[in-house]
Amino acid sequence: MKKPELLVTPKSLSHIKDLIEAGADAFLIGEQRFGLRLAGEFDIDQVKEATEMIHKAGKKVYVSCNALFHNDRLEELDEYLKKLQKIGPDAILFGDPAVVVSVREFGITIPLHWNPETTATNWFQVNYWGERGAKRTVLARELSLDEILEIKENSKYEIEVQVHGMTCIFQSKRKLLGNYFLYRGQVMEVENRKENKNMFLHDKERNNRYPIYEDMNGTHIFSPNDICLIDELTEFFEAGIDAFKIDGILKSEEYITTVTKLYRQAIDAYFDLGEEAYDEIKDDLYEQIAAIQPPLRPLDTGFIYKETVY
Amino acid sequence: MLQLIENESIRETINGKRVITKKPELLAPAGSLEKLKVAVHYGADAVFIGGQEFGLRSNADNFTIEEMREGVEFAKKYGTVVYVTTNIFAHNENMAGLEEYLRAIADVGVKGIIVADPLIIETCKKVAPELEIHLSTQQSSTNWKAVKFWKDEGLDRIVLAREVGAEEIRQIKEKVDIEIETFVHGAMCIAYSGRCVLSNHMTARDSNRGGCCQSCRWDYDLYENVDGNEIPLFNQGDAPFAMSPKDLKLIESIPHMIELGIDSLKVEGRMKSIHYVATVISVYRKVIDSYCADPENFKIKREWLEELDRCANRATASAFFEGEPSYKQQMYGFHAKKPEWDFAGFVLDYDEETQMVTLQQRNYFKTGDKVEFFGPEIDTFTMTVGQMWNEDNEPIEVANHPLQIVKFKVEQPLHPYNMMRRWHKK
Repeated sequence: MKKPELLVTPKSLSHIKDLIEAGADAFLIGEQRFGLRLAGEFDIDQVKEATEMIHKAGKKVYVSCNALFHNDRLEELDEYLKKLQKIGPDAILFGDPAVVVSVREFGITIPLHWNPETTATNWFQVNYWGERGAKRTVLARELSLDEILEIKENSKYEIEVQVHGMTCIFQSKRKLLGNYFLYRGQVMEVENRKENKNMFLHDKERNNRYPIYEDMNGTHIFSPNDICLIDELTEFFEAGIDAFKIDGILKSEEYITTVTKLYRQAIDAYFDLGEEAYDEIKDDLYEQIAAIQPPLRPLDTGFIYKETVY
Repeated sequence: MLQLIENESIRETINGKRVITKKPELLAPAGSLEKLKVAVHYGADAVFIGGQEFGLRSNADNFTIEEMREGVEFAKKYGTVVYVTTNIFAHNENMAGLEEYLRAIADVGVKGIIVADPLIIETCKKVAPELEIHLSTQQSSTNWKAVKFWKDEGLDRIVLAREVGAEEIRQIKEKVDIEIETFVHGAMCIAYSGRCVLSNHMTARDSNRGGCCQSCRWDYDLYENVDGNEIPLFNQGDAPFAMSPKDLKLIESIPHMIELGIDSLKVEGRMKSIHYVATVISVYRKVIDSYCADPENFKIKREWLEELDRCANRATASAFFEGEPSYKQQMYGFHAKKPEWDFAGFVLDYDEETQMVTLQQRNYFKTGDKVEFFGPEIDTFTMTVGQMWNEDNEPIEVANHPLQIVKFKVEQPLHPYNMMRRWHKK
């Protein structure tokens, strides 16, 4: 059995250094012009610097291009892909098939990872996009444990599962926060709060708080809880899930670093010392995360044990 | 309004007059066999229906294979074609039975399927290659390269994302030779389709498999989180945060859409009533036909706009076709809109000799009520209901049983499928 890759989302170049020390195996970076809902913004020069730094440490770096592109952004996407080809990250993430067309057109040889978020729901799709260049799929977060295991069993390509953090549950092209302020005649608020990422919607009936922000891709709304599977990893280990993602969106650098260290311990315990060693420490690892959880952000297990109807 | 550029490729000169010969398809929703028949009768070129599996809208009374067969046969008599929506994003458990289902759809004469998941695309190519494959708006195709990707994969038509504007459609048509379908009327997602799982998180109902509970229509309170303190960003009495979009209405953009060469104009609403389908389809039919017959002298008639309002239960807007929608295209606070006219009766028969109409009650009405009749064969007219009789020819004053048979005298001739509306105060 091989250890799953521990993939993290750094917020800055100096944060990458901390995360290498914390035991991360792979890093997801990029900028909102091309990638959706990233923990940090890395312009192309920083992508280059990060790639060198990460490769020197013997780790992997992936660049996100998973936005939904409109025609007016296709040209800059092409230029970006050509620059990435020169920089040489280990993968490019995509959701929009336009990326596949451009990659073919310009002979980009960097492997693709398919990450459309909500729509990667069955193993057939993993193999379909695999045959079209995606050596890995990042699964939708709305899947149960059994569904994930069955997908892994039937996939010819790598499977990545988010094990920790917030998940996006909605993206609109409309500027829903700005529109709300304008509706109430608060023109100043639109400008004042444009970059704010500390707002949330409260749903009284469920007493849930959904983080919300706007950027150039529109309005994004997030899950009311953070997934935390640090004490639920045994079946993923056994199934050979290829990568575990810790999504650090809307979290501090210190939080992401600490959580990374704890997942590193969990993975190493299981693979270096055995299942019993993992079982012995997993509750304590969970407690350590619970202790640093930011206010208003409860932990849960996402859809792993939840039944969804339709 | 955007500038309208005449498209020469869709025109011909007939009897010295420039007319448009490449008319777009008018595509109607049909949530049941009855709705299908109404949509076809009121002028749809094509209808889309849902089967018992693999489609969104799991609450609609979807078609059995036998009903599909009957629907296809009825439609064929009018030269109308039928598409079936199979646009879920499947989970592993939804894979079983797909091949048999697609085979059965093809065997009853359906023309194509509307699909989002490559699982269903590839399975269809394998087991039912005679079916056209249309890419659902659920894939949120927003640019010409994405459209090119799906064309290269062998698809026949792309239903564009609802976020695509007129100029973007023009570029897509220019760069890729494939049929393009866009929405012209009806309720809309506020999110990029397929990219919203609010429903999964709030009610454990899977939006991408037909379970959407429309959480985007709910009210929320907006706060900011300052070091764990919840600071409200609203004052007492303010309308709460909302993201409910007004319904799409592009009747006035139809000439522009025809000139862009859009191949199919889609009306949303498989859950809507036969009255809604009849009203919307008949109006769009008139707009498309009038423009194509004489584009130079075309004008939107006031009566068409008023007619559309008869079945509107929400405010309407043009969304992305005419540019980025502002807050004015969303609904905040109290926003129910009640039309002045209710659908009250469905004409089953008319006896020219006795001038007696036989209709099926669809809503309360009584002797003395002001009503109007409409339908593709007649000019809309209003009258006052006189003495009524029930099925057993007993005199009645009130029609208050759902689906009861009612007869009364109407001087102008009527036809089966004509509809009656009753006026009431707002």
